[in-house]
Amino acid sequence: MVPLSYYLALSAVLFILGTAGFALRRNIITIFMCIELMLNAVNLALIAFSRFLSDLGGQLFVFFVIVVAAAEATVGLAIIIALYRNHESLSVDKLDSMKL
Amino acid sequence: MTGDIIRLFPEIVLGVSGILVILFAPFVPPRRQSLLGWFALFGVVAAGAADALTARDPGLAFGGSVSADSFSVYFIALFLLVAGVTILGSIHYLERENLPAGEFYALILLATLGMALMAAGLDLVLVFLGLELSSLSTYILAGYRRHDKRSNEASLKYFLLGSFATAFFLYGIAFVYGLSGTTNLMTLARRVGAAGGPNRTFAAVALLLIFVGLGFKVSAAPFQIWTPDVYQGAPAPVVAFLSVGPKAAAFAVLLRVFFGPLSEGSHMAFWLLWLSAILTMCLGNLAAIWQSNVKRLLAYSAIAQAGYILVGFAAGSADGRSAVSFYLVTYALMNTGAFLLVAQLAGGGEGRTEIDDYKGLARECPGKAAVLSVLLLSLSGIPTTAGFLGKFYLFRAAVDSHLIALTIIAVLNSVVSVYYYFRLIVVMYMEEGPAAVSTARLPGSLWAALAVSVAGIFYLGIFPSAFLEFARLTSNLLPH
Repeated sequence: MVPLSYYLALSAVLFILGTAGFALRRNIITIFMCIELMLNAVNLALIAFSRFLSDLGGQLFVFFVIVVAAAEATVGLAIIIALYRNHESLSVDKLDSMKL
Repeated sequence: MTGDIIRLFPEIVLGVSGILVILFAPFVPPRRQSLLGWFALFGVVAAGAADALTARDPGLAFGGSVSADSFSVYFIALFLLVAGVTILGSIHYLERENLPAGEFYALILLATLGMALMAAGLDLVLVFLGLELSSLSTYILAGYRRHDKRSNEASLKYFLLGSFATAFFLYGIAFVYGLSGTTNLMTLARRVGAAGGPNRTFAAVALLLIFVGLGFKVSAAPFQIWTPDVYQGAPAPVVAFLSVGPKAAAFAVLLRVFFGPLSEGSHMAFWLLWLSAILTMCLGNLAAIWQSNVKRLLAYSAIAQAGYILVGFAAGSADGRSAVSFYLVTYALMNTGAFLLVAQLAGGGEGRTEIDDYKGLARECPGKAAVLSVLLLSLSGIPTTAGFLGKFYLFRAAVDSHLIALTIIAVLNSVVSVYYYFRLIVVMYMEEGPAAVSTARLPGSLWAALAVSVAGIFYLGIFPSAFLEFARLTSNLLPH
């Protein structure tokens, strides 16, 4: 059996990739996808823990996370559409109407 | 089963009235939209009655995932206060700005439901769902003026950084689960106790991740960058709500997690809170000095206030925890009132929010200038106001825990903050008008909301003892 640490390492790598993408990417949709990647990294960790602890709670939690991620996508994309209608750009660098 | 439902009754009332508001909305004629506001307010009051009902029969519900105890009763009452005052203060605003009312009130009620679940939930899954419910509702509310570029921008920034933070919080929960095989805080405490202490590495990682996640929500440094832009761009009544409600809910969860079994035998939690408290206070106050926009000024002030609250956390004692609970209520009264009044003064399209727009306001509208001055004096912590006593209890708890350096820094920060709060008062009273802000008469509903804030500030500032007893009960974080 593949040891738990492998799964946790993979989950950490995915999470860090998501974090790095969030910080470095300039396109709003890509940034949003990076957040989804982070959530799925957590899902992987939860399922690995669940398997190794022989407890179903973690897998149940993953379903909740999936639903929440879907709700977040709905709200997020709606916000992005409203923003695009007014700004006609999807770059975060253009969002500076309130800088000092 | 009936007992379970009674213990979750405030949440049920909030959820049902939120859904009813949105169902009724299409059938209410456009000119009578304020009816929806009064209905939502009725829902909040009913939830308050339900909250009082749960207080009489405390205990666990739904297999230990929800707890009705003095902690949850106190915090739910706080959220209902914020929701009620915000709804009262928004009725006129929505009419003036010609914004749809149904969704607004429904989202406020659902966000309050989410916050109530965060305070009442003992299972971190439920806490997570509550956090998401309140966050998603407030993301939408922040972008409620959807034809306004700034509101769009505020909403997007809040959404992106908020979801980013949620992922950290979730990762922290995953580590709590990996540590103990449970997400229930009570079971966690039992298992960790039986094992003679938590696995240090896992507990440290979990605490750190949860702190990052909730640190964003409470705008603790170094996770406060989103705050000024969101508070400036979002509609002011929404800011009145989101600068207090979600913040208090996140602090409630931080209380339960940070003073639980995870931080047993480790100094990391303390240093994390200590360092973040100092950074948050200094960054907030130093940046606030240079602001020329009132909403932005209040945003930096809100960051600094979060720093003072973290001082109570760093104190770590039961006194520190009850001081945090007490301060959150005073903060709710002052900040909600201030943002609601700023929303009214800003006039149509929220065009007048610069400090210079307030020149000579005291001569034209002495009442409004006086109310705003009381709110600002309380924020800066002048005696006889609630803000003074709140800060006093926080700092005294820190002194009692021998955190002298931290207390000195906190007091110095408090002195610095007097400068920028007074600057606005000076502009209103000493400078020549005419005031550019809206001098229209205060609508009755907003007047009532401000009266609640001001009366609360003086009541807590002069007769705090009865309320303090209540706040003290919240230092029992988990039911026995």
